[in-house]
Amino acid sequence: MSDHEYTPKSKVGKWFNDRLPLLTLANHLTDYPTPKNLNYWWTFGGILTFCLITQIITGIVLGMHYVAHADLAFQSVEHIMRDVNYGWLIRYVHANGASMFFLAVYIHIFRSLYYGSYKSPREVIWIIGMLIYFLMMATAFMGYVLPWGQMSFWGATVITNLFSAIPLIGESITNWLWGGYSVDNPTLTRFFSLHYLFPFLILGLVVLHIWALHVPGNNNPIGIDIKKPSKDTVPFHPYIVIKDAFALLIFLLIFAFFVFFSPNILGHADNYIEANPLVTPAHIVPEWYLLPFYAILRSVPDKLLGVIAMFAAIFVLVILPWLDTSKVRSTVFRPIYKQFYWFLVADVLILGYVGAMPAEGLYLLIARVATAYYFAHFLIILPFLGMKEKTTPLPLSITEPVLGGSADMAMARNNSDFKEKL
Amino acid sequence: MSDSEKKKPNRRDFIVTATTAAGAVGVGAVVWPLVDQMNPDASVKALASTEVDISAVEPGQSITVLWRGKPVFIKRRTKEEIDSARAVDLSELKHPEKDEDRAKNPEWLVMLGVCTHLGCVPLTDKGDYGAWFCPCHGSHYDTSGRIRKGPAPTNMEVPKYEFVNSNTIKIG
Repeated sequence: MSDHEYTPKSKVGKWFNDRLPLLTLANHLTDYPTPKNLNYWWTFGGILTFCLITQIITGIVLGMHYVAHADLAFQSVEHIMRDVNYGWLIRYVHANGASMFFLAVYIHIFRSLYYGSYKSPREVIWIIGMLIYFLMMATAFMGYVLPWGQMSFWGATVITNLFSAIPLIGESITNWLWGGYSVDNPTLTRFFSLHYLFPFLILGLVVLHIWALHVPGNNNPIGIDIKKPSKDTVPFHPYIVIKDAFALLIFLLIFAFFVFFSPNILGHADNYIEANPLVTPAHIVPEWYLLPFYAILRSVPDKLLGVIAMFAAIFVLVILPWLDTSKVRSTVFRPIYKQFYWFLVADVLILGYVGAMPAEGLYLLIARVATAYYFAHFLIILPFLGMKEKTTPLPLSITEPVLGGSADMAMARNNSDFKEKL
Repeated sequence: MSDSEKKKPNRRDFIVTATTAAGAVGVGAVVWPLVDQMNPDASVKALASTEVDISAVEPGQSITVLWRGKPVFIKRRTKEEIDSARAVDLSELKHPEKDEDRAKNPEWLVMLGVCTHLGCVPLTDKGDYGAWFCPCHGSHYDTSGRIRKGPAPTNMEVPKYEFVNSNTIKIG
């Protein structure tokens, strides 16, 4: 919370604030000191909040027209598309909104990876973020099942069968998840129920995520600790609000392009065929945002180990703050890590690509190499690099390289007179 | 500290332990119905068996029927298919099972048409063994439905079934 005590100006405001300090909270949020060098990669937190709210609103509306029953679900989705006023628009916003949500979350995660935002003292923010990401994947998966098309049905079958890999109790667990002996109506109704619930759990975690963020304050592109408030910070409102709003507008342009010009390009044509438990589509692929993990699953020839590798790929991210041993947060000052960072980005993109291809021949080989590299990055490269790498000197403050008036930062740093002014 | 650790349990300790134990039982009694409601219900279990007329199936043909929401392959095998299934050395198999045990009546192979990898329906008369091939992740099965190549861990499952008469199979 802010250092200074806040007192509402009006008498009514003061009366209310003494009983429930909502105005103090609002004042904290507007005055919240933010590093003044935040770049546009920092606008995705706001964009993600927007995405979540959009999914909740469109989802509640779709829930008014959708029928969660194996015999009626597919028809009810077509009913939404053809008969419900603006049903097509609301459904396309919801379906493409999921993709935009993941696009934003991946940028947000890779921003953290680049600028070391997961490091001390922000580990809890990062772990809550990973929980949100995991819940997002579960929610998106269950939402994709609801239209009860071929991809819905077989995607649900493949993913729920992952649990059958667990020794001894695997089959009981899958039957419990299905409510039967295969994916069927009981599976659909419970997925609908949970798909409605999870976004609100995510919303709760988002509140904790932001709360945890407001304790140490934002990281920033040069990753140094800054005094707050100081010459290095600006109030959240209006400076960051207006920057976030501008970035959101650009993001909405891309969002609108998908919704209005190619609403089905990110989906799969097979999902416009009603679910048929007797016929598996020739080529099952999950939605694009799950492809890297799908590639890891398929790259391991053993069923149980494949499932373990897939979940480990997510879990390794959770413990990342303790795997990266470097004290320097920002990649800007880590010349060697910078190269490995881009290798990782390429590696994940390659995994995503081979995840969409058939698991055979050269694709399988590439998937295996990329999977091995993915784990090597987190388990070998990061711990050792942090200890060995020679980082470049950090500036003392955000303003130092500018106000020091010299490209030679050492000179500015030794200038005690200058230090006092900061 | 050591004094209080050695202290004999008094009546208050007893009350705390007893209350905690009763509370744990109570929580368990509330949680279990909430968990168990997700298990297969009575109406799902009621559909446990199905009878299939197989009089129209010619040698070499295969039909697929739905049982408990899952496809069941009923294959009338040709002489060559039976011979090739029985000629296999068990040591070659990932999941060693004799064809004699999988198909009591050698002409009829009855098994769940569900790939044991992640539950897709394999394609009939495809793959390296001329029998079944799962398109999802590339598992090849032989003419006895045994896994020969690919990620699936076990052979396709043979459900409980019996011949009611020469033209009817009862599955389940």
